[in-house]
Amino acid sequence: MASMAQAIRMALHYGEAELGVTEIFGEDVGAPLGGVFTATQGLERAWNSPLDERGIIGAALGLAWAGGRPVAEIQFVDYIFNVVDMLKLCANGCWASGGRYKTPLVVMTPTGSGIHGSMYHSHSFDSVATKLHGMKVVCPSTPIDAYGLMVAAIKSDDPVLYLKPKALLRTKGEELIPGEPDEKSLHDMIDAPLGDRTKWKAKWPKLPHYEVEIGKAKISHPGSDATVVAHGRMAPICLEVARQFAAEGKGAVEVIDLRSLIPYDWEAITTSIKKTGRVLFVNEETEITNFGEHLIRRVVDELFYQLRVRPRLLAGKATPGVALSPNLEYFIQPQKADVERALGELLADPA
Amino acid sequence: MPAKTAPSPASDPYKKLGAAKLLQIHELMVRARLLEERLIKMSKGGDGFFWIGGPGEEAFNVPLGLHVKKGHGVNFDFLHLHYRSSAIVLSLGAKPIDALRQMRSVGTDPYSKGRNFVNHYAIPEFNVVPVSPTIETQYATAIGTGIAHARAKTDAITIVNGGDAGTAEGDFHSCLVWSNRPVLNLPILMIVVNNGYGISTKEETQHGERHISDWAKAFPDMPGKTIDGNDVVASWAALDEAFAYIRKNRKPYLLEARCSRLYGHSSSSGANRIPEADCIELLEKNLTSRGLAKADALKKVWEREAAALDEAHKQVKAEPFPALESVWEDVFAGGLPPSYPTKGGS
Repeated sequence: MASMAQAIRMALHYGEAELGVTEIFGEDVGAPLGGVFTATQGLERAWNSPLDERGIIGAALGLAWAGGRPVAEIQFVDYIFNVVDMLKLCANGCWASGGRYKTPLVVMTPTGSGIHGSMYHSHSFDSVATKLHGMKVVCPSTPIDAYGLMVAAIKSDDPVLYLKPKALLRTKGEELIPGEPDEKSLHDMIDAPLGDRTKWKAKWPKLPHYEVEIGKAKISHPGSDATVVAHGRMAPICLEVARQFAAEGKGAVEVIDLRSLIPYDWEAITTSIKKTGRVLFVNEETEITNFGEHLIRRVVDELFYQLRVRPRLLAGKATPGVALSPNLEYFIQPQKADVERALGELLADPA
Repeated sequence: MPAKTAPSPASDPYKKLGAAKLLQIHELMVRARLLEERLIKMSKGGDGFFWIGGPGEEAFNVPLGLHVKKGHGVNFDFLHLHYRSSAIVLSLGAKPIDALRQMRSVGTDPYSKGRNFVNHYAIPEFNVVPVSPTIETQYATAIGTGIAHARAKTDAITIVNGGDAGTAEGDFHSCLVWSNRPVLNLPILMIVVNNGYGISTKEETQHGERHISDWAKAFPDMPGKTIDGNDVVASWAALDEAFAYIRKNRKPYLLEARCSRLYGHSSSSGANRIPEADCIELLEKNLTSRGLAKADALKKVWEREAAALDEAHKQVKAEPFPALESVWEDVFAGGLPPSYPTKGGS
C-alpha cells in the first residue's frame, strides 16, 4: 500500500512520462533529497531551485506561458505568504488577459498541522487559497485521491494549488492505486536508499491512467442522520468518528471528503444536507474568516428550510500561530475528541 | 542643411544606421508619442480613467521592439513588459486603436476585455505576456520563459523591462540570481529604464548604487551597461550588442537606459508636460542637420499619424462597453463550474 508521498511521486512520474511535465522544481525538490517529505524522489525532471519562493512561482508562471505544464513546490505552506501576489497573477492571468493566456501550472505545498511543526510548519492556507479566484484548490486525504488529483491537476488548463496535508504524507490508505505493486516491491522500486544515492535510479511501476475529477467530493461514509464536510487531515478523523458512531449506535453520519475546495462540490453538500438536515463543517484553519464560514452562509441562504438544527463549524482557534507544546497544539487545532464532541452535539440538538 | 561639425559618414552612427531605418524608427516614435498624448487627453476628458504610459522612452523602446524576434512560442522572443512599453508593442505591430479601446474600457479591448488599465497588453501572437500593474513581478515571471528558452534549441531570448524604482524589489534580484545559476544560465535581457523617479521619489534619495547596471558585476558572465536612452543611435548600438551577446552565449545581460519621463508618473500626478529632453526633437534635429530627412517630410509623419488616430478614436467611441455577463468569462479556462457562486452574497 503506497503512502501519500509515494502516491504523489508516482503521479508526478506519470506526469513527466505521459502528460508533458518537463519541470518539477522547488527548494530541495531534486536529488539528493527529493523533497522534505520525499514526494519528488527519483523523478527525472525534478530539480533544486534557489531558496526563493517568489522566483519559484514566477518561474512556474513563465513556464506555463511558454507552453509548459510545470509543477512547482513551496516547501511548506507557511512559506507561501510572501508570494500571495504572485499566486494572484497565476490565478487572474486568464481573466486579466481576456482569455488570451492560460496558466496550466501546479503549485504543491504541504499544509496544516500534525507534525509538531510549531508556528511556521503548521499553518493552513484555505481561506487565502480560496480567495485566489481563478485558481483551483485541491486537498486530498488518501493516497489514491492524492494520485488522481495530481494527475487531474497536471492536466488542468487552470492553475491548481495542490495542498498536501503534512500529517498524512506518510500515511497509507485503504484503497490501492490501480496497478500499484505490493508494498515491499514498491519500496524497492521507488524509495531512494539511505546513504549514497548518486547511482540510484527509480524503477517506476507502469500504472494505467487514473484521475480524480477536480470539483468532485467523495462520500467516504454514508449516513442519514448528520452530514460532516471535511478535507485534508480532518477527513480521516471524521471518517473514523463516523465509523465509531455507527458501531456504537450513536447515529449514521455521512462524511463528505471535499477533496476540492475550488470548485467545491456543492451538489454533494446539498444532496446530503437535504437528507440529514444537520451539518458540521470541519477544517484546520482558524475560525475567523474561515472557508467553512462561506459554506455555512451558502447553506443558510439556499438550504435554510431543509436544516433541522443550526449548522456548525469546527475549526482552529484564532491564535496568532500553532504552538509547539503538544497540549497547546491539540487545544488550538481540532482533534478527534473535538470531532466526537461536535458531532455528538449536532446529533443531540433537538430539531 | 548639414551641421558644421558633422562627423564623417564612416564614423557617424546616424549615417551608419541609414536613413531608411531611422525614418522607420521616427515614424514609430511619433506614433507612440501621439498615442500616449491621445490617451492622456482621453483620461482628462472623461473618455477613460487612469492613464499610465511611456512618453519619453521612445528612443529606446522603438529600437528595442525592432530587435525582437517576434512570433508565438518558444522559438521566438518572450517579452515581460511594464506599463510604459507602448512604443515597444507598436514596433512589434500592435495597433494604436487597441490601446484606445483599453483606455475607454470597451468590450472590444483585446488585451483585457475592459478589465485592466491602459497599456496593460497581452499579445500571444508576439509572445507579450500579460502586463500587470504589480511592480517588478515581471522580473520573476521572466525566469520561467528564460528557462524554456534555455532548454530549447533556439536563439530566442527573454526580454524584461521595468523602471529604476522597482529594482529595490526582491523580484529584480530573483531574476539576477536565477538567470545566473551555474547549473543553467538563462538568456534574459534585463532592462531597467531609469527615469530618475519612483512616482514622486527621486532615485538619488533611495538608491546608493553608482549605476543600477552595476548589479551585473556580481556575476562573472553577465555584462552590465548604462546608456543614454534618449539617443536613438546609442540605444540601437547597445541593443545590438546585448541581443547578439544573449542570442549567442545564452547568458543574461543587464542594460540600464536613462530616459526622460515627459508627462510625469501618471494621470494621478497630473500628466502634464515636464521640461525634460525630448528624444523625438533630438532625433529630428539629428536627421535634418545631416540631410537624412527634411523637416516638411517629418511634419507630414506627425499629421498622418494624428489623422489615423482621429479615425481610430472615432471608431472606438462607437463601440459598446462590455456586457455584464462577460465578467464570468475566463475566470477558469474551461468555463465556470455550474455551482460557482455568482450572486455576490445572499
